Amino acid sequence: MKKIISLTVNGSPHELAVAPNRTLVDILRYDLGLTGSKKGCGIGDCGACTVLLDGLPVFSCLVLAVEADGHDVLTIEGVSDGPNLHPLQQAFVEQGAIQCGFCTPGMVLNALALLNGNSDPSEAEIRRALSGNLCRCTGYQKIVEAVKVAAKTMSASTVRE
Amino acid sequence: MSDFNVLNTRAPRVDAHDKVTGKAKYTDDLSVAGMLFGAILHSSLAHARILKIDTSKAEKLPGVKAVITHLDTPGIVFGVSPARYDEQILASDRVRYIGDEIAAVAAVSPDIARRALDLIEVEFEELPLILDAQAALAEDAPQLHDRYKRNIVQEVHWHFGDVEAARSQADIIRTDELTSKMQDAAFLEPQAALASCDGRGYLTMYSSTQAPHYIQRTLAMALNLPLHKVRVVKPAVGGGFGPKASCSSMELITCLLAIKTGAPVKTVFDREEVFLHSRARHQFYHKMTTGVKKDGSLVFLEHECTLDGGAYCSFGIATVYYAGSLLGGPYRLANMKYDGYRVVTNKPACGAQRGHGAVIARACFEVQLDRIAEELKMDPVELRLKNVREAGETTCNELYLSSFGMKEALEAVRDSSVWKSKRVSNRPRGKGIGAACGFFVSGAGYPIYQSKTHHATVVTRVAETGGGVIVESGAADIGQGSDTMLAMITAEALGIPLSDVKVHSGDSDLSVDLGAYSSRTTLMAGWAAKEAAEDAKRQILEVIASKTGAKLDDLDIKAGFVTCKTEDFNIEEIRHDHRLEHRGFRGVALSGPLTFAEASRFAFHERGSIVGTGSYKPPVLGGSFKGATVGTSPAFGCSAQVAEVTVDLETGEVTVDKITGAHDCGFAINRTQVEGQMQGSIQMGMGEALMEEIKYDEAGRIVNATLAEYKMPTAMDMPPLEAIIIESHEPNGPYGAKEVGEGAIMPTIPAILNAIYDATGVRINELPVTPERIREALKKRG
Repeated sequence: MKKIISLTVNGSPHELAVAPNRTLVDILRYDLGLTGSKKGCGIGDCGACTVLLDGLPVFSCLVLAVEADGHDVLTIEGVSDGPNLHPLQQAFVEQGAIQCGFCTPGMVLNALALLNGNSDPSEAEIRRALSGNLCRCTGYQKIVEAVKVAAKTMSASTVRE
Repeated sequence: MSDFNVLNTRAPRVDAHDKVTGKAKYTDDLSVAGMLFGAILHSSLAHARILKIDTSKAEKLPGVKAVITHLDTPGIVFGVSPARYDEQILASDRVRYIGDEIAAVAAVSPDIARRALDLIEVEFEELPLILDAQAALAEDAPQLHDRYKRNIVQEVHWHFGDVEAARSQADIIRTDELTSKMQDAAFLEPQAALASCDGRGYLTMYSSTQAPHYIQRTLAMALNLPLHKVRVVKPAVGGGFGPKASCSSMELITCLLAIKTGAPVKTVFDREEVFLHSRARHQFYHKMTTGVKKDGSLVFLEHECTLDGGAYCSFGIATVYYAGSLLGGPYRLANMKYDGYRVVTNKPACGAQRGHGAVIARACFEVQLDRIAEELKMDPVELRLKNVREAGETTCNELYLSSFGMKEALEAVRDSSVWKSKRVSNRPRGKGIGAACGFFVSGAGYPIYQSKTHHATVVTRVAETGGGVIVESGAADIGQGSDTMLAMITAEALGIPLSDVKVHSGDSDLSVDLGAYSSRTTLMAGWAAKEAAEDAKRQILEVIASKTGAKLDDLDIKAGFVTCKTEDFNIEEIRHDHRLEHRGFRGVALSGPLTFAEASRFAFHERGSIVGTGSYKPPVLGGSFKGATVGTSPAFGCSAQVAEVTVDLETGEVTVDKITGAHDCGFAINRTQVEGQMQGSIQMGMGEALMEEIKYDEAGRIVNATLAEYKMPTAMDMPPLEAIIIESHEPNGPYGAKEVGEGAIMPTIPAILNAIYDATGVRINELPVTPERIREALKKRG
């Protein structure tokens, strides 16, 4: 029996009929066409499907779609401000934190959650926060550097405001 | 200051924006109307005869559109090396590993496809298992394939120089061994394919492949289609590292289902299937005997290696050759003997993985060099510096080093890591530092099939609108950044801004490119891109010269403008025409130098389409001995690393504190990307050194086929990585560039192993060096 759920994705309301065993990542990818959330394992090991649920990072492959009923979801497609990249995204681009890019959406969202709660994280805090997001290309070095750069840019822009 | 406008910079990748916003499309992100979903029934037994396959119940399940078995693939065999085609698309009579493909389904949803698999009934008769290389080689071992006597797929027996004669010249001779485990490439994107066939019989497959060209050939051969009617397109790919370089049964099955149903079919591996399909690193057993003189100069190497390659040959022939050939460098070594055996067992087939064939051989040899240095009471870095080759030398197995910054790389890591002051006898307990070198090809000298084909072609179309160019290439960007490399080389060679170059790539319809393997793309596709851009530039300037009366030699294009050495360069008519046809457009030049937009548009007016072409084919390389082709390359990369570790002497836990790496990439097209390749290589090497291991139970089943149970480095495990770029200016590479993608993994394992010894005083000859193995060794030593 399908269940009707209502959720907000990247600021837009959606109403969907979903089977109770469907995961959030599957409805994002295959029903809403938001394929930026990647499926690397389907069982919560790799972090590529990370999205923010009410502002907190979750593995969307471990969240049933029905559990997202009434909640707010942010995917990678909703991070930038229209055509303008978020400072964190900009830092990923400029620091060379992206190679194959498959882990990138999950990395960005997890790092975003970190920076939203901690505007000046230490390297150890960054590494701990990202330790649930596997990357096989970069050695993590440039990802960590990008998060550091973004933290600085974001603090500076907050001060200016 | 650099002479370049675009090259040698830190330009962001051309695909970075799409990847950081989620817009980049990977194969599983694609969907088309009416698409069906494929699923594959894998063998649950590691070795069995198939007595019966009954698909009748599956066929009746509503929503199932096709079920295929070996009956749909009569007599077809395929593989990687044409001399060893040993795989069936779907097994007819025998399965050889848990994961072997038996049947497949296309259905209207992934759920129905999977339910249909459960309804397929297979009767097996179990056969005795062979789960390790020694058992495979035993006299009375069952034979997995009729053609592979004693289960040996390929033997190599090489002898360069005269090891027997050299033995008497050596003052120290020692024998050491190193064993590794099968490694998984663990790319983040599981393999996926989407195939469709049109009414005229043209087949198109989108696939997460590293090598559209070889996949095109294998599809055409196995499915008996004309090559020109098979198109393989590589969308964004989430890493490959080797296993995605060969055509898989999954890709062939997806095409067969699309042909049979007349509908597009998409198949996506789940993570367990990625592990089962494998085609990743072999398991190696190395034994090396090396002789040196008292002064540290190497005299000979006698090397035996057995490779456990799982159920099929895959890349195995090349792997067993590489395991021997790449010890020819980077040191002066006149006498080398190699005996290699690549065997089959009832495990997932192994293939190529980053540093193909050479990684564990390198580790074994570099650890042995440290043991020799200890016996000689020499500093290990000094021992290496004493033996490293230089540009212009040829190895004993006839590999010519046209550029070679080995000495510079080793000195760079020695100095940057402050080696001399850290390598002291009174350092704290549990702290260690180790060094090692590496050596790798910059593109295989020969294609996988025997052919005089060009290895890379590039077509650069000048936009007929004027202003930009479109680079068309079959090269496969799998994350390593080859699209950015092609764009940067084109922009530099043509003299226009990077932002005016668009790259279309990874499509077998666009050009021949052998693919992303053997660290070949920058040198080969980059060469072709440079040639194509120069060709286009020359054509444009010819038109401008003829119109303006300027001498061709006086004209150039730089940073988007046409320059002329003489003052009387009259561009008024060209500019006038351009303005006339751009009424209402903003940014049209009114004064100043002639723009590339004006020049390229004018060239179109005069000549029609302007298309530059370029190609790359290596010269004839290698000796005349059997197997001499493997290991040949137009250039060789080399690298050195220093690892610093802390070992907890109670628990055996190793923390890697820092790795300093230097790699000779010839010339860095993009400095950020070169560092990224070095850092990623170190990560994969560090995983293999300390934690990565595919584990099997007694039935031949992988017991850790998940990314949680298969331990690999996370952000918390990785230390700070210092990447030093060495530029030796390779004469055979575009702008002097050569490889970095794989060579940079070579020193990592031995540098870490040597550091662990330095910290603990114990040597562990089995990878990965887990805390248990260290504790055991410490206990044994007492």
